[in-house]
Amino acid sequence: MKLKSRHLLGLKGMDRNEIEFIFDTALNFREVLERPIKKVPTLQGKTIVNLFFESSTRTRISFELAERRLSADVVNFSVSGSSVAKGETLKDTARNIEAMKIDMVVIRHSSPGAAMFLSRVLKSSIINAGDGTHEHPTQALLDMFTIKEKFGKIDGLKVCIVGDILHSRVALSNIFGLKTMGANVAVCGPRTLIPRDLEKLGVKVYYDINQAIRNSDVLNVLRIQLERQDRVFFPSIREYHLYFGITKERIEKNNREIIIMHPGPINRDVEISADVADGSQSLILQQVLNGVAVRMAVLYLLGTQN
Amino acid sequence: MKLLLKNTNIINPAQNLNTVADIFIVNGIIQKIGKQIECESDVDVYDLKGKIIAPGFMDMHVHLREPGYEHKETIETGLEAAAQGGFTAVCCMPNTNPPIDEASVVKSILQKAKNVLNGIVDLYPVAAATRGREGKELSPMIELSEAGAIAFSDDGSTIYNAEILRRAFEYSSMLNKVIIQHPEDPELSRNGVINEGVMSTILGLPGIPSIAEEIIIERDTRILEYTNGYYHAAHISTKNSVEQIRNAKKKGLNVTCEVTPHHFTLTEEVLGDYDTNAKMKPPLRTQNDIETLIDGLSDGTIDVIATDHAPHSFDEKEVEFLAAPFGIVGLETAVGLALTYLVNKKFLTIEQLIEKFSVNPRKILNLPVIKIEEGEKANLTIIDINKNWTVDVQKFKSKSKNSPFHNFVLIGKAVGIINNCNVYFSE
Repeated sequence: MKLKSRHLLGLKGMDRNEIEFIFDTALNFREVLERPIKKVPTLQGKTIVNLFFESSTRTRISFELAERRLSADVVNFSVSGSSVAKGETLKDTARNIEAMKIDMVVIRHSSPGAAMFLSRVLKSSIINAGDGTHEHPTQALLDMFTIKEKFGKIDGLKVCIVGDILHSRVALSNIFGLKTMGANVAVCGPRTLIPRDLEKLGVKVYYDINQAIRNSDVLNVLRIQLERQDRVFFPSIREYHLYFGITKERIEKNNREIIIMHPGPINRDVEISADVADGSQSLILQQVLNGVAVRMAVLYLLGTQN
Repeated sequence: MKLLLKNTNIINPAQNLNTVADIFIVNGIIQKIGKQIECESDVDVYDLKGKIIAPGFMDMHVHLREPGYEHKETIETGLEAAAQGGFTAVCCMPNTNPPIDEASVVKSILQKAKNVLNGIVDLYPVAAATRGREGKELSPMIELSEAGAIAFSDDGSTIYNAEILRRAFEYSSMLNKVIIQHPEDPELSRNGVINEGVMSTILGLPGIPSIAEEIIIERDTRILEYTNGYYHAAHISTKNSVEQIRNAKKKGLNVTCEVTPHHFTLTEEVLGDYDTNAKMKPPLRTQNDIETLIDGLSDGTIDVIATDHAPHSFDEKEVEFLAAPFGIVGLETAVGLALTYLVNKKFLTIEQLIEKFSVNPRKILNLPVIKIEEGEKANLTIIDINKNWTVDVQKFKSKSKNSPFHNFVLIGKAVGIINNCNVYFSE
């Protein structure tokens, strides 16, 4: 089997077999990660550039580890001190780097569609590591992989994504992926942070966190950021935590097992209380580990296609 | 110059005229209209059997980019694109650099236009309604008007301050000149780049809600009701905008509006692959909006089809979506799109189409309506409603190629114009 596209731009349009194929491949790499020597020669001789136009610690490290464990040559590009500061366009920056004979590009950029744009102007395989408020497909793949690992399936599970859905690429990729995999997808957050017409994508919307918890097998809790310019969306961190925060009390009131996930980085005691983040129902560190395996799988499948 | 146009279908709704005849033109004046006109050998004869002769088309919403942005378009290339598209007149918008907010800029633009294709396309500059298009103080409207400004607008920006708009209505009404509003509440449209709805949600792009347009039109018509004056809403795009204009007209207000060809032909669906050539303001909306816009054209609520021709260079559009400028070119596809999507689909008669492209814009701008009769100046657009053609942006006369209609197959085209003693045939 092969993936249909040379690129991973998003989970919209990716079918169930492809996602299962990535999971099966990731399972093999999970095993590799448990070995004393965690390196395989699969992508030896391939050069991968990590083009990060937005700051990122964990996604960049996760990709870099995945690349190095596949024995690829890795080049990191990040915004500070780069040609971007000198006014070079994305197209020029990417084409210049590609001219140095690159095989794959992992891109993070603030503009939705930036990965798709690069796929049009470059010859390399493009992997979207987050394009603005659009998609973050490897994050959703690792979230789903983690869910499947825990429950043995995704079909029929009730997954609720909690928080700032409007500005979240993690939410959108999870919605597309989970729908494809047969989950019942819901979101919960203040109405100002729910994108318009989301219900038309077949997503249930809750504005009451207790109701969301009662009706979910999995909560995927998103990071809440309150920038100065975003005060129009909700009044305060305090109010958010009081009415939408995932607390031990809320979880315990619910008399059934629920799994807590978070793409990180966590704002402790804002969107999630510390005891829940560190509690037994939390799969947060499992997600991080699976992230490397899933990214190895994606890099391997795209990097060895030809 | 002597011209004989033979066997042509002359249509002018302003005169209730629809007949097949020959037209004999001498030195730009219609000498004779009749059957089987004979002529001498020094006359250029064109057999226009099967073609329509209409009063010269006008595009009252064009960005020529000069002065200031000549890498996108110049007066020369823009007017050539107009001629190619079948327009004998265009209005150019004032968001140039410097903006058209001083008489000297108006004069210099008019001077340049005279030399393009021997002046076949009449250029009518729209001057800024406020100084620097900043929305803070009125522009010198009387002086601008004397220099040749045809109307006033801050297009590209909304005249947002309600008091400034009120005063602009009052002041411009002394000149019988219209205020053309770009209706967009900048706080509601915020950092939006496409229509807010299911597409903006799927693409993760910030949305522009339909109410950003509608509440400005609602407010503006209330101000107009209080002050009197002349109001023209540019490029309306939503269902409720049509309904608001319809209601304002019922009240008897001097309200008119226009729609662009892209807003009655394309929906937000075409943005699925982040095509920056489908990024414009107002954004492409939904099928429901298109249906109401077409109803509005058909029942006369929408007076004018205008292109909002907005050239941007290749480099400026070949960037990530958020970074791309708003706007598309339209002069060379407008008539073909309107014929294909409105007349051929029987939403509009050819007479109604000619009203939207020629009669109504002239009325709104207080220009004489063109008559096709003996003794009148020949200001004509030649249309082939059966011509099957494929849009090829590389063939555009416009300096810019930013059109979402590349490779569209259209039925019907403006194939030539006659104006100011000149003839121009497009291929």
